[in-house]
Order: sequence, then C-alpha cells, then structure tokens
Amino acid sequence: MTLNRRLFLHTATAAALAAPAVLADGHGKPRVLVIGGGPGGATAARYIAKDSKGAVAVTLIEPSRTYFTCFFSNLYLGGFKKMDDLGHSYGTLAAKYGVNVVHDWAVGVDRDIKSVRLASGASLPYDKLILSPGIDFIEGAVEGWSLATQNAMPHAYKGGSQTELLKAQIAAIPEGGRFAMVAPPNPYRCPPGPYERISMVAHVLKATNPTAKIIVADPKSTFSKMGLFQEGWADSYPGMIDWIGQEFGGSNVSVDAEAMTITIDGEETKVDVCNVIPAMKAGHIAEMAGVTDGNWAPINPADMSSKADPDIYVLGDAANQGDMPKSGFAANSQAKVCANAVRGALTGSKVFPAKYTNTCWSLIDTDNGVKVGATYEATQVKIAKVDGFVSSTGESAELRKATYEESEGWYAGIVADTFG
Amino acid sequence: MHVRPSIATLAVIVMASVAWSCVAHAEARAGKRGDADAGARIFTQCKGCHEVGQGAQDRIGPHLNGIFGRKVAAHDGFWYSQSMTRAGHDGLIWTAKTLDAYVENPRALISKTRMSYGGMPNPQDRADLLAFLRMFSDDPANIPEAAPTVQGADHDISPDTRALVGDAELGEYLSSACVTCHQIDGSVQGVPSITRWPTEDFVVAMHAYKSGLRLHPVMQMMARRLSDEEIAGLAAYFKDLD
Repeated sequence: MTLNRRLFLHTATAAALAAPAVLADGHGKPRVLVIGGGPGGATAARYIAKDSKGAVAVTLIEPSRTYFTCFFSNLYLGGFKKMDDLGHSYGTLAAKYGVNVVHDWAVGVDRDIKSVRLASGASLPYDKLILSPGIDFIEGAVEGWSLATQNAMPHAYKGGSQTELLKAQIAAIPEGGRFAMVAPPNPYRCPPGPYERISMVAHVLKATNPTAKIIVADPKSTFSKMGLFQEGWADSYPGMIDWIGQEFGGSNVSVDAEAMTITIDGEETKVDVCNVIPAMKAGHIAEMAGVTDGNWAPINPADMSSKADPDIYVLGDAANQGDMPKSGFAANSQAKVCANAVRGALTGSKVFPAKYTNTCWSLIDTDNGVKVGATYEATQVKIAKVDGFVSSTGESAELRKATYEESEGWYAGIVADTFG
Repeated sequence: MHVRPSIATLAVIVMASVAWSCVAHAEARAGKRGDADAGARIFTQCKGCHEVGQGAQDRIGPHLNGIFGRKVAAHDGFWYSQSMTRAGHDGLIWTAKTLDAYVENPRALISKTRMSYGGMPNPQDRADLLAFLRMFSDDPANIPEAAPTVQGADHDISPDTRALVGDAELGEYLSSACVTCHQIDGSVQGVPSITRWPTEDFVVAMHAYKSGLRLHPVMQMMARRLSDEEIAGLAAYFKDLD
C-alpha cells in the first residue's frame, strides 16, 4: 500500500512537471488543506495561495475567528501590550489571497482516500495536507493538574482567554501573596517563554505588590537565556524570585487546585496563583492523522513532509525536526520552506533548497530586551543548526532598549507575513 | 565608426580586465599608506559641514576631533540620524577600517545617514584623508599607517561580485526569511525598511554584514549563510517591489 502510494506520487510528480494539471487527478485545481491558523498554518496557506497565483486551491481550517498570538502574550501580562494588539483575523487571507477559510474543528484524517472530516460533519478532500496544530498538554504530567482544573490553575500557554484569566489572577494576589509556576520539561513551546513570563509577573508585582513572592518549580537544571534572565532578575527584582531547579527538587512537584497548594520536593506551600505549564505533545489532530511517533510528528528536514505520509506536512511546535526550538518564528520559517515544496510538487514551480531561521526576543523589564537566534539547514537526519548568537550579560541599557524596539518591529513583521 | 574587434582581441581584453581586477583587489587588501598632507587638501571637500583641529565646533556635521576609537554616534550634543544612533547601539566603533568603509560609500554602512556625501571611490584618497584626520585623535589604536590596521575595508567587494546580475526568483524565495522582520511594504517599526534599495547599496550592505564590518548580530547571521549569487538575487528582488 505504502509502496503503491509512493510509486503513484513519483509518477504523478514526473507528470506534473510536464503538465501540472495531471496531479489534480481530473478534479480541476490541485487542493491544499491546511489545519491550524497560527504562524505555521496561516503562513503556509498565504504563501501557497500568493505564489501559485490562483493555480492551487487553498483551504485553511481554523476554529477561531480571531487568532491571539501566544508570542507577546507575556507582554500583555506585564502590561506592555493590550489583548487587542495580539488578536488577528483571517479576513486578508480570504480577501486578498483567495484562501478559503473554514472556521471549524478537524476531527479526523482519512489518509487512504485523502480526506479530512470536520466537526460539522463535512469532509474535505486534499492532494496535500499541512498540519500545524500547535501543542496539547500531556494529561497527568503534573500530579493534581488536569484540563478540568485549568481555570483554577491556568496554563496560559495558548493565546487568548487563558492568558486573560492568568492576568486577572495576578492582579488579585493579596499584599505579600505568592505566585507559583510549574515550568515544563523539554521539549516545549517557546523555550524562554516561562522565564520571560516570570520577568513580566515580577514587573507587575514590583509596581503593585512589592512584598509578593514568586516561586518557580522547574524539572530542568538549566533553561534558555538562563544567565541573562538571572542577571536581570537580580538587577530588577532582587529577592522576589525563587527558582527551584531540578537539583533542588523542582521536578518532584504536585499541586492541589482546590486547596491552592503546591508541593515541591515534599514541602507544601499555599499560593495565590499557580501557573501550571505541563509537559506538551503535538496538537491532537496530528495523533489522529497517525503521523506522530511518541509525542511529536517526525518530518523530513528538506521540506517538512511527514515521515509517515509523503502527502502530509507537519509544521511548527507539533513537528519533531531536530535543532529548531518550538516557536512562532520557527513555524513561520518552516511554513515558507514547506510552501515552496508543496507548490513545486503541485504546479512544477522551481523548488529551492531549505533555509530555516529562528530568533526569540524576551523582555526582562521595561526597555530591557534580549534575544537568541540561529540559522539551520536540512541534513539527512534532522534540521541542524548552522550558526547562532545570543545577547550578552552586561550589555548597555541603550542596546537593551534597541533590542526591545527591534522585537516590536519583528512582531509587526511576522504578523504581516503570516496573516497578510 | 567602431572597428569590430576580433575574437582574439576580445580574449586579450577580457584577460587583461580579469588581471586588472585581481591586482586592484590585492591592492585594496594590502591597504594604502596615507599621506596626511594630501589628506588635508582632500578635507576641503568636507569643510562645508565638518571642522577638525583646535577649537573645532559642531556644525552641520559633528567635529571630527578624537573620532578614531570612538563609538559611532557617541559624541555628546550632536543630533545623529536614527540609523547612526542604531549603529552605535550595535557597538560600531570608528576605526581606520570602518571610517574607510563609511567614506567610500556612506549609505552602504549607515543606511539613512544624514551626511549628504556620495562617497569617495579612490582608496588612495581615502587613505590620505584618514591619515590627516588621524592626527586629531589621541588614541594610539588603529593608526592608519601601522600594519595590520592599514588593511583595506573588507567590504571592498570585487567588481565581479558587484557586477553579478541577481536572479529575482531566487531572491523572492530567499526574501521570505527577511520579511519575518522587515515589512515588505517598507514600513518601519523598530526594524529598518529594506524595500526598493538601489541594488549596489543592498549588495554592499549585505557583504558588510557578512564580513562582520556591520555589527548587527541577526543580520550578520543571516548574511553569513548567503552566497554572492543569493545576495544579488535578494537585491534584485527587493529593488523592484511595488
């Protein structure tokens, strides 16, 4: 069966180079279905529609009418951005690029007949399917926490209402109260994210509730930009943040959502807010499509195609790809490589070699931005890091301010690149 | 009436020009010894805006006393362009090498500098000018006459590279990595516009990042993985955007 499908694809691709319409199998334009309208999926939909100039029919399936970015949501918690600043609609993708945007949940993938089932009951056929579903949480990863307790102890690790809930809870911390975070184990979405969040919570508490304390239980012994964050915490928020790493029992943690307690290495503490960021896995639809192996979906580094099915591509957080972090920037970068490959396969357009990039900016305090970035290439085994940089400790205030301003520019850029 | 050269003659011309470009390039790499007296005469071109020497004041441009070894845009009391200030934030220092690059083509190093000067293409003139200016800086670092700081600017790209005609289709594909930060419509919000730059400025700027002459770490990283053809492709694509 697999062999037959591969054989068919090869024949079809060869034919497509000569006469692109052949691959469409007699049903008109080739059809691309994209599941998930974040920086991976929306970017892929936009680039395929834009660059194929109408030669490929692109459908984007996304339940939300407004997408709230997870990136920059910490700046909302810190009071630097409004929730409205983070919300983006799909109007331009539809109006300017002709993407058919369907607001529905994908609930199943039938790979044999190449069709996706929607919650509404409809089925949509595809020639190429792009999955960019982001993350879901592993049930039972933190003892005492489940999706049923997510309102008492929010994860706030998907943009939107969870983030608003966490902000309201932070504002309600009584004088001298406690904020706790359970940080996630590797690999997880946005490696510096939990620590930027700690910085932003500290920034708010310093102004409104300076005797409040922050505890972080972390299953890791090191984290992204650790030196930069620890320097910033000591400078801006001395004595406020207690980070408990793996060596000090940070991995031995349980919570009680009813009693609002956290127990770290046997020591129980009453807290006012408990932000539990559990271990993560690929968004559920990837599992339903049968393209995951363990928690994530393995891909081919040259074009982001699934190792399980050459007609399915997996982008962003859900993919197991190698050295790239799980970030919105990375998803956007992977989407453009994928879009180039998918368009090439369907229309015979020129396919260029993959080049991947990522940069993550984090805000520590007002006008105190830092960044880490790298470039990547496709090797036989994985997406491999080529080159990189990270901000230094002890940088001037001017440079840190410029770095923050640059991150605002990046946000405007990536949002325009993703949603049009 | 032109006489059509024979194939053989053409071959000789081509070979000669290849040889010439190699020589020119080697000379640039070896650097030029500056003549401060000649530089004083060249400085008359700059005097409309810049003063140097005892009692020098800021005028349209900042005075140039003590410029060697100073951080870019670090002279108190002078109102610099955003681009110049930004380069200073990135850590750019005025040295023989960076001044040489700036004087050769100001906009290639500082995209939106307010200095309205087209550039000084002759490397000897630049070496002379810098030797003259060097007399008004106390710091013994980067003395233009002393090896190895006499090296020519690394961004002195070979004429062959400058003459590359970029493949805009390749540039369009590669541009997708640029527009994650640089907005394609040219709007500026914390990240500079790169849309509709003259091709040569684009190429020179990217090579300056690639060689490390321009200091921004993200741009250095992006430029380091680009070949000459890819840089030319990007320049061709961004130049003609609507």
